[in-house]
Amino acid sequence: MSILIDRDTRLVVHGMTGREGEFHSRQMLEYGTNIVAGMTPGKGGLHALDNRVPVFDTIADAVRETGANTSCIFVPAAGAPDSILEAVASGIKTVFCITEGIPALDMLPVVEVVSQHGARLIGPNCPGATSPGRAKVGIIPGSIHREGSVGVVSRSGTLTYEAVQVMTDAGIGQSTCVGIGGDPIVGTTFLDVLRLFAQDAETEAIVLIGEIGGSAEEEAAAWAAEHLRGVPMAAFIAGRTAPEGKRMGHAGAIISGGRGTAAEKIAALEAAGIRVAGSPAELPALLREAGYRG
Amino acid sequence: MKIQEADAKSLLVAQGLPVPPWTVARTPTDARAAAETYLANGAGRVVIKAQVLVGGRGKAGGVKLAGSAAEAEAIASRILGMDIKGITVRKVLVGPAAVIVKEFYLGAILDRATRRIVVMASAEGGVEIEEVARATPEAIHRIEAHPLLGLLDYQARELAFAVGLGGPTMRDFVKIARGLVATMRAYDADLVEINPLGIVRERGSDGQVERLTCLDAKITLDDSALPRHPDLEQLRDLDSEDPADAEARLYDISFIHLDGTIGCMVNGAGLAMTTMDLIKRAGGEPANFLDIGGGAKADRVAAAMRLILADPKVEAILVNIFGGITRGDEVARGLIEARSRQEREVPMVVRIVGTNAEEAARLLEEARFETAANLDEAAAIAVAAARAAGGAGGAA
Repeated sequence: MSILIDRDTRLVVHGMTGREGEFHSRQMLEYGTNIVAGMTPGKGGLHALDNRVPVFDTIADAVRETGANTSCIFVPAAGAPDSILEAVASGIKTVFCITEGIPALDMLPVVEVVSQHGARLIGPNCPGATSPGRAKVGIIPGSIHREGSVGVVSRSGTLTYEAVQVMTDAGIGQSTCVGIGGDPIVGTTFLDVLRLFAQDAETEAIVLIGEIGGSAEEEAAAWAAEHLRGVPMAAFIAGRTAPEGKRMGHAGAIISGGRGTAAEKIAALEAAGIRVAGSPAELPALLREAGYRG
Repeated sequence: MKIQEADAKSLLVAQGLPVPPWTVARTPTDARAAAETYLANGAGRVVIKAQVLVGGRGKAGGVKLAGSAAEAEAIASRILGMDIKGITVRKVLVGPAAVIVKEFYLGAILDRATRRIVVMASAEGGVEIEEVARATPEAIHRIEAHPLLGLLDYQARELAFAVGLGGPTMRDFVKIARGLVATMRAYDADLVEINPLGIVRERGSDGQVERLTCLDAKITLDDSALPRHPDLEQLRDLDSEDPADAEARLYDISFIHLDGTIGCMVNGAGLAMTTMDLIKRAGGEPANFLDIGGGAKADRVAAAMRLILADPKVEAILVNIFGGITRGDEVARGLIEARSRQEREVPMVVRIVGTNAEEAARLLEEARFETAANLDEAAAIAVAAARAAGGAGGAA
C-alpha cells in the first residue's frame, strides 16, 4: 500500500501537449506511472508522448474512454482553477495541481466545490507525490527515491528533494512522499496527509517538512500527539532565520503579527513528542532514535 | 504587496464605502493649502498623517493634529523627511479631523486554516488588534464569509450586534463589512482592515448626526493576482523598496535583503530558507534570501549574482542547487559567466546535486570553483570564508 497514488492510479494529464506538461509526462511515464490520457482542448484525437498516450478534448471524454481516476494539472495559473473544477465534475477523485501563481481568492470557491464532490485536491503550487516503485505524479525527480515504509509530507519542492535524498542515502525508503504546496490556500493539509498515513498499513514512520507561515504544522502536531502515538516521527522546519513581515518566496511563507514563526512550530512539534532536526541531514538519525527500524 | 493608506482609501471609495475626504501632500506648502481648504469648509482641526508602509507611525510622531494652516505646514515640514523604522516619509495625508464618538476594529482577511475569508470585528478599536487578540481574545468577533456567496447580510448583522451596534449605525456597519469583502474580491486583496472604524459626529441638515466611517485603511494585495490588475502596479510604494527589489522582479527572482555577510543563491523557497538557517547554525549570518525559481537559465543566474554582489557587506557566497526542473549545468554555466564579469572577488562555494549534476561538477572543476558535496559542508565552508575575509559571519 501507499497513499494517494499507487499501481491502480490511472492518470490523465491536463496540458500534456504544453512544454512543461510534456516534459514531466515523459518523466512520469519513464518512472512507470500508468498515464492513460492527456487533455488539451482542441487536440482531442491526437496521440502524445511518441504516440503512446491518447489526447482528449475534455476530462469527461478521458474518464469515459480510459477510466482515468487521477489527474495532474500543468496549465497556466489563469486556467488552472477551471481545470480543477473540470476534473472533479468529471468524476476524478484525486487531483494534483502543480501550477503556481494562482490568486489565493480564486482557490476559495474551488476548494469548496472539490470537497462537495468528495474529491481530493493536492496543491496548487505543489511538486506532486511519489509512491516509490509504483507511481509518481508531478515533478519530483524519480531518482531520489527508494522503496520503503516512511511517509514524507512537505510544503516545499526542492527542500523535499533534499530531505528525501538524505533518507535514501541513509538507506531509508519511502512509502509515499507528498508535497502539499506552498500557497496560503491548498486543497490538502499536513493534517489530511497524516490521517492518510495513519490508515496506511505500509507506512511505519513519518517525516514532516514544514516552513514558516500559517499554523498547519501546529495543527498537525496536535493531531499527531493524540492519534500517532507509537509512530516514529521526525520533522524539519525551514525559516528559523526568516525576518517578520517578509514573504519568503512561497506566497504562504510569511511571519505576520508575530505568528507563524519557526520557533512556535518547533515548540508545538516537540510538545507532541516529535523531534525536530536542525538540518535535513539529521532526519535519518532522528527517525531511528524515535524507534524506526526500517 | 502593501499599499499606502491614501491608496487603500481610494479603493474603498471606489467600492462605495464611506471615507472622510483627504489630500496627499508632498510638500509643506501643499499640506498648508489642503489644511486651509478643510478649515474653511468647517473642520475644527486637520490631521496630518505620514504615508509609510510600517506600523507604529503614530508612536513615531508621524500622526499629528493642527488647528491652523500655519501649524499644518509646520507639522508637515517636520513629518516629511522623517525616518520611521528606516523608511523616509515622502508624503503626508491631510484631512479634516473627525469628532470621534467611538472607535471599532473591522478587518477582512484570507484565513488559511479555515480556507475562508474571515471578517473580524471588535469594539476595542483604534489600538493594535494583535494586542487585543493577546490580552482579550474574546473581544474579537469572527465570522467566516460564505465560500461561494461572500459575506451575507445576516452574518454582517450578527457581527454588528456582537460589537454593540444597533439602529442606523448597525445598517452602516453591514454595508461597510460587506464592502470590505467586496473590496477583497475586486482587487484580490488578502487583507482589508479598517482601524479605527469610527462613529463620528457631524453637522447634518437637521442638527448633529452620528455615522460610521472608515478613518484609516490598510490593504495588502495578493502578489499572484497583480498580473490581472495592471492598474494596481502603480500603487507600489517604490520609496519603501530596496533598489534591488525592482531588478529581482524583472528577472523573476525572489529576493530579500538581510543584514549578514554570506550571500545565498538557491532554487526553491523552502531550500533557500533552509540554506539561510544552516549558515546561521554554522555560526554565520545570511546576507539575503534568494530563490532563483524553477528552470533558471544562465542569464537569471548571472542576475542573481549581481544582486548578491551589489550588497557591499557580502564576504562570501553559497550557491545551493537541487536540480529538478532546474538543470545543474545551466546554473554552472551561469556562475562561470557571472564570475568572468564581476568586479569584486568574493569567495564562493557551490553545491549542485540532482539533474545534470555530473556535467555541472565537470564545468565547475574546470573553472576552479570550490564545491561541496552536501549542504552542511557548504555552509561551514562559506562561514569560514566570510570569517577569513573579516566579516566574522555577520558581526560586521
